[in-house]
Amino acid sequence: MQTESDDAKKLHPSLEYLIKKQSFIVPIIAVFVALIIGSVLIYFQGANPIGAYKTILQASLGNERGLIRTLEKTTPLILAGLAVAVALRVGLFNIGAQGQLIMGAFFATWAGFTFTNLPALIHIFVGLLAGIIAGGLWAAIAGILKAYRGVHEVISTIMLNSIAIAILDYLVNYPYKEPDQPLPRTVPILESAQLPKIGFVPVGFILALLVATFISWLINRTTTGFRFNTVGANKFAAAYAGIKIKYVVVSSMLLSGGLAGLGGAIETLGITYRFEPAFNKGLGFDGITIALLARANPIATIPAAFLVGILRSGAPTLQFDYGLEPEIVDLLLALTLLFVAAPILGKLIFRKRAEKSENVSSGWGS
Amino acid sequence: MSKFLQRHQKAVLSTLLVIVIAYGFYFWDSVRTTSILNFSLSYALPLILAAMVGIIGERSGVVNIGIEGQMLLSAFVAFFAAVATGSLIIGAFLGMASGLLAGAFLGIAAVKWEMDQIIAGVVINIVAAGITSFYYTPGQSLPAIVPRIEIPYLSQIPLIGQVFFNKSIFVYATLILVVVLQVMLFTSKWGLRTRAVGEYPSAADTAGINVYRTRILNVAIAGVLAGTAGAYLSLDAAGWFERGFTAGRGFLALAIMIFGAWNPFGAMAAALFFGFASGMASQLQADEVINIPQQLINMLPYVMTLIILSLAAGKVRPPGAVGQPYKKEG
Repeated sequence: MQTESDDAKKLHPSLEYLIKKQSFIVPIIAVFVALIIGSVLIYFQGANPIGAYKTILQASLGNERGLIRTLEKTTPLILAGLAVAVALRVGLFNIGAQGQLIMGAFFATWAGFTFTNLPALIHIFVGLLAGIIAGGLWAAIAGILKAYRGVHEVISTIMLNSIAIAILDYLVNYPYKEPDQPLPRTVPILESAQLPKIGFVPVGFILALLVATFISWLINRTTTGFRFNTVGANKFAAAYAGIKIKYVVVSSMLLSGGLAGLGGAIETLGITYRFEPAFNKGLGFDGITIALLARANPIATIPAAFLVGILRSGAPTLQFDYGLEPEIVDLLLALTLLFVAAPILGKLIFRKRAEKSENVSSGWGS
Repeated sequence: MSKFLQRHQKAVLSTLLVIVIAYGFYFWDSVRTTSILNFSLSYALPLILAAMVGIIGERSGVVNIGIEGQMLLSAFVAFFAAVATGSLIIGAFLGMASGLLAGAFLGIAAVKWEMDQIIAGVVINIVAAGITSFYYTPGQSLPAIVPRIEIPYLSQIPLIGQVFFNKSIFVYATLILVVVLQVMLFTSKWGLRTRAVGEYPSAADTAGINVYRTRILNVAIAGVLAGTAGAYLSLDAAGWFERGFTAGRGFLALAIMIFGAWNPFGAMAAALFFGFASGMASQLQADEVINIPQQLINMLPYVMTLIILSLAAGKVRPPGAVGQPYKKEG
């Protein structure tokens, strides 16, 4: 019974159903159902669905170049997924990972071409740090607006996405435009700022795995994580227990944005070596799908991001082989999200358990 | 009438003030004033419709973050249906139907499945983006343009005639809708029930109102308005479609809804203000009065939204049960 407005304030927008009540089987089945529906859609586009899926796998995992590309694609996806997952733990829905990621990408680039005469290791560190700070501060705006002015984070982060796009568009068109170039883009970063590869594994990928492990430890084993989870589960109880809610909201957004910013920074320093607005498109939104697929579990974002990475890295080949638009991946991921988020599958599979699950809710209230 | 004036003193006075100022500018520079106001209205129109979607939803207790996706989907359906059938009318109706479908999904997900409303809305947005970007085919053009309907006599009035009475059916329908919705929401049985369900569903239930049905129906019907907004955008305002076409308007509309304190008239005024600010900025830019890069001007509505929302906090009150799934006891 949660119809009274007092109760409404107690129940913080928690995402308990998605995070805790769903068995890990549901996301896996969701992926399969999405792929099956996707195959029907591919069939109606006049292509052979099994062949198309095979092509995706072949192109993304079948050879070394494809595998490197897949790992490179997976890296920012892990971090974007972590960004969304960390915020979800606090009951915040960070839709703005995209904006935070591109902010991080730009400022990492900026650090990459501005500081000269730095030894490689330090230069890389400075570049990554610039990305983390830029992304973190960008998300913290939404955190502050939420904590002190009660502005819903979904709207503020969406607005901040658009503002980030506009600001960066301005920066690469005017003050930081590469001279004598038709394209609006920055100059490349210095060689000392470039992230290397170990064998065929990009260093950024290893970094992302380490960060995911660290976040998992932070969320599950530390006081900070306990505070995050408590605020996410019940704001009222958290406040009663003496947790400073405003501080938790702002610091979790700072962390969330920092992760997204790191994703952008790694992509810049490891792959693109410069900033161009067309790069890093849509990564933040994939982060939402990944976080929900991983049920906001930091370690589970790795396989979820890998799955999305495979699709993203293999899809462009479909254009050559089958004349299929690579946007089929957007559709597949949307279907996956639909089946993960909507309790239809869960109810079909675990009818009784799902019925017992408490309902969750979010509103405009702070 | 005098009672009405007393109750809405501020609104009436500010409306009069706006009219006087508008005519002041009109006599100073008729061409520019007309063009800025025309721009304001066409900019505001989809925002007004989308804000109505938000108002109907939240007044009945359902947050609709998916307006953006609903508009995107229906803009897409309207455009390509019109291209395929050669008829704008069929396009518009199919666009509205797709809005209805998306609205019904939100209603059922939020009310029947008790899904988190924010997530349900985000799912709509991402699914709409997925469908429209995969099935999008470039290089299509509409069979015709939406005709302007000149209203006799009224269109001859200086300024107002050109801005309001020489427009397409979408404009007239929207303006009428806002008035109807304002009246219905606060004087009709439907309005009372809707507000009851959104403020205090258990009391409404006790009074014999079917909370579930009211919420689902309202959100679904609001979807038709989102569909209309989408159809207006692709068929009338732009005449083309591309990926990510709606550009965040659905979210701006939510801010406008809050700015307008969940009132149709208030939201319309807020949307027109947004339109006016953007129109003014573009005009000043075109006249080289100010020299700000276009990218930064594009940012204006989003920054305004953030500022307005942070100022509105605590000043306006959302419907009591917004975002809360209703569960019958026992």
